[in-house]
Amino acid sequence: MGLEFLEGNEAIARGAMRANCNFFAGYPITPSSSILQHMLNLLPHSGGIAIQAEDEIASIGFCIGAAMAGSKVLTATSGPGISLYSENIGLAIIGETPMVIVNVQRQGPATGSATKGAEGDIQFTRWCTSGGLPMIVLSPATVGEAYELTYRAFNLSEQYRVPVFLLTNKEIGLTRESVDLDAITLPSLVERTRAVVDEEYLPYYFEQSSAVPVFSDFGGEHLARFTTSTHDKAGFLATSPPLIQEMIDHYAAKVDEAADELALVKEDFQDGADTLVVSYGITSRSAAVAVREARAMGVKISALCLQTLYPVPARVLISAMDGIRKIIVPEMNMGQYILEVERLAPDGVEIIGVNKMDTTLISPDEILERGGLR
Amino acid sequence: MNAVVETFLTDEIGPLPFCPGCGHDRLIKALDKALVKLQPDPKKLVIVTDIGCIGLADRYFVAHAFHGLHGRSITYACGLKLARPELTVVVLKGDGGCGIGGAHLLNVARRNIGITLIVANNFNYGMTGGQHSVTTPTGGLTATTPLGNIEGAMDLCGITIAAGAPWVYRGTGFDRDLADRIADAIRQPGFAMLDIWDMCTAYYLPRNQLKKKDLTGMMQGLGLQAGILTDRPRPEYGEQYREMHANAQQAAPARPLISAKYAHAIKRQTGIVIAGSAGQKIRTAAALFAQAGMFASLEATQKDDYPITVMTGHSITEVILSPERIDYTAIDAPDYFVVISEDGLHKSRDRIARLNANATLYAEESLDLPATEARVVRLPFIATAKKISRLSIGIVALGSVLADSGLFPMDAFQESISTLQKKAIADTNLQALEAGVAILRE
Repeated sequence: MGLEFLEGNEAIARGAMRANCNFFAGYPITPSSSILQHMLNLLPHSGGIAIQAEDEIASIGFCIGAAMAGSKVLTATSGPGISLYSENIGLAIIGETPMVIVNVQRQGPATGSATKGAEGDIQFTRWCTSGGLPMIVLSPATVGEAYELTYRAFNLSEQYRVPVFLLTNKEIGLTRESVDLDAITLPSLVERTRAVVDEEYLPYYFEQSSAVPVFSDFGGEHLARFTTSTHDKAGFLATSPPLIQEMIDHYAAKVDEAADELALVKEDFQDGADTLVVSYGITSRSAAVAVREARAMGVKISALCLQTLYPVPARVLISAMDGIRKIIVPEMNMGQYILEVERLAPDGVEIIGVNKMDTTLISPDEILERGGLR
Repeated sequence: MNAVVETFLTDEIGPLPFCPGCGHDRLIKALDKALVKLQPDPKKLVIVTDIGCIGLADRYFVAHAFHGLHGRSITYACGLKLARPELTVVVLKGDGGCGIGGAHLLNVARRNIGITLIVANNFNYGMTGGQHSVTTPTGGLTATTPLGNIEGAMDLCGITIAAGAPWVYRGTGFDRDLADRIADAIRQPGFAMLDIWDMCTAYYLPRNQLKKKDLTGMMQGLGLQAGILTDRPRPEYGEQYREMHANAQQAAPARPLISAKYAHAIKRQTGIVIAGSAGQKIRTAAALFAQAGMFASLEATQKDDYPITVMTGHSITEVILSPERIDYTAIDAPDYFVVISEDGLHKSRDRIARLNANATLYAEESLDLPATEARVVRLPFIATAKKISRLSIGIVALGSVLADSGLFPMDAFQESISTLQKKAIADTNLQALEAGVAILRE
């Protein structure tokens, strides 16, 4: 057993290295800056490149270029930086670029309380670029999960050729915890499927809508093509509406059809429970304490902690809501993921948001009291 | 040996799409001629573009084609070049792209990443209806300057040279030696830029009655030179980066791991707050204490709070130790509160006043404390640390806390210090720990 005392941001860097990340570009912003620092410490020594760009737009631009040249790339910022990443996130979607984007959330809007935590970017992350196509968003609750989900985010980005978000919080990123990274079980490493060298290559070829086109590196054995414009399977401009729709359906289907496979959750269900707490991120840990205390008081209560926020693990949520009369959704924002819960909940279920954005953690007591559990 | 490539242009998707007489046509053909001269392997050649009429050109080349967002082509090109230094990366960009992406232009010149930038400069936005750009001359008529441009024209070469570009050329699409100059630029190991002035026959030319010979006249009117304006090679970024890291020492050795080898006396989650000042190494002391807890088979968390101006004001650290997994990482009711400086006290006065009767407050004896229900232990932390090292005050104080509370064995704290710190510092801190224990016992 080998314990370390790590902050979440360092665990993210370690998870990226474990996933064979070999390119990082970022721009300093509290509370994500230490990811840049850790990557600068780790990457060059394994032959990779870590660079501080002139701004967030360049950071993600460097990453997209490097990813299309075959690198496994990571970038990290905080909410205000995501605003500047926005247009390029759309580019990564339409260009089918594998990359991992970390958002260490801080209290906002704007500069807000720059050194304090929040979870105000939940819906923003889901809808952060034009076009409204589906997004994969993972959210760790602990330093250990920050490591594990970063690694998994790389696998998913490679598998589906999409940008994958790791949505965390200053409260995880800059909190040190005792953790044994080697004790965390990880799935095997996934690399993007590359085109066969001697075969003809179309950069965006697929047959079934949800299939992922095989990849060929810029600088590799096939001439590759990448474009921000609506394109056909060869990567040339597409103007025919049926073809345009076919491509849009493809971007959506890749993620949506994998929703069940992508659903990472932690269930703590109790037989006969009529109350359910749905939570994610750091707040799920307060929820866990609240659930233990409620049970000690005789309340029948279940807990569902989501590690995958998007695509919404709808099947799991609907099944968890079966027989439930009250759902409590605590969030360090003014009520964001509760919108997903509300649209999936059966009629007549009482849904209570426990919300706070004053930079402090939602406490177990606040969940118990405002959730009507005592 | 590969056959000689006679043209790098393909008609796979038809002829070049530009308006009759458009300068982009001349420029693309000059680039092709330069490439034919240089004969790069098409598989090692990338044409990068962004938005604007010239952004239509990448796909007409037998090369890797990358078409990105408006003004951002330089960033993708840098990513491609950094990831694969063997690539020849040529960026085609308009004057519009140089405006919206101005920061990237300055920074690629400053960093000297080995890409070639060709600016198709026709003084307006052709793709969106002939609006003025950063290079529209003063007085120029465009869709958005109908009475004449009152803004000044940006000297793209001047700013790029000022930013440190090693190779910069200005010319027109009519220059007879343009293909040769493009070939010169591509041969540069570092960043090279060509600012090529030409005609937008759809908008700028008709509005301003511009003629071919006027382009050089415009340059002269603006006091700008043509030709190779700078040629002072310096090491390319990626090359330097790789060389520097190949020669640098390997990554710092991994930190020693901690093994849970001691017992502890903690029954439930316990919160310890240490409030001091910047420069007192509070965070380091707290981390050693927390990791001592880990040696004593405890779970631990640590959060720090300090001003962004890190060398002044308070430094407050919260450590939680628990025999079980720590879920809630805030300390609403501290069990132990340590205050060792005026800054720390100032910032935590309210919190100290709210401490409950089960809490213990360990305070530097010279501080003027607010009323509190907590048990108060006043100790000479400052005077004690002064005798050893000012920077060891946190260890002195936490030594006293541990001796008083008996949360876990002193051996664990000693092991944490001696395992996790360099010997010289560890020796000082072990002495501080002993002193902290001694003042408590006195």
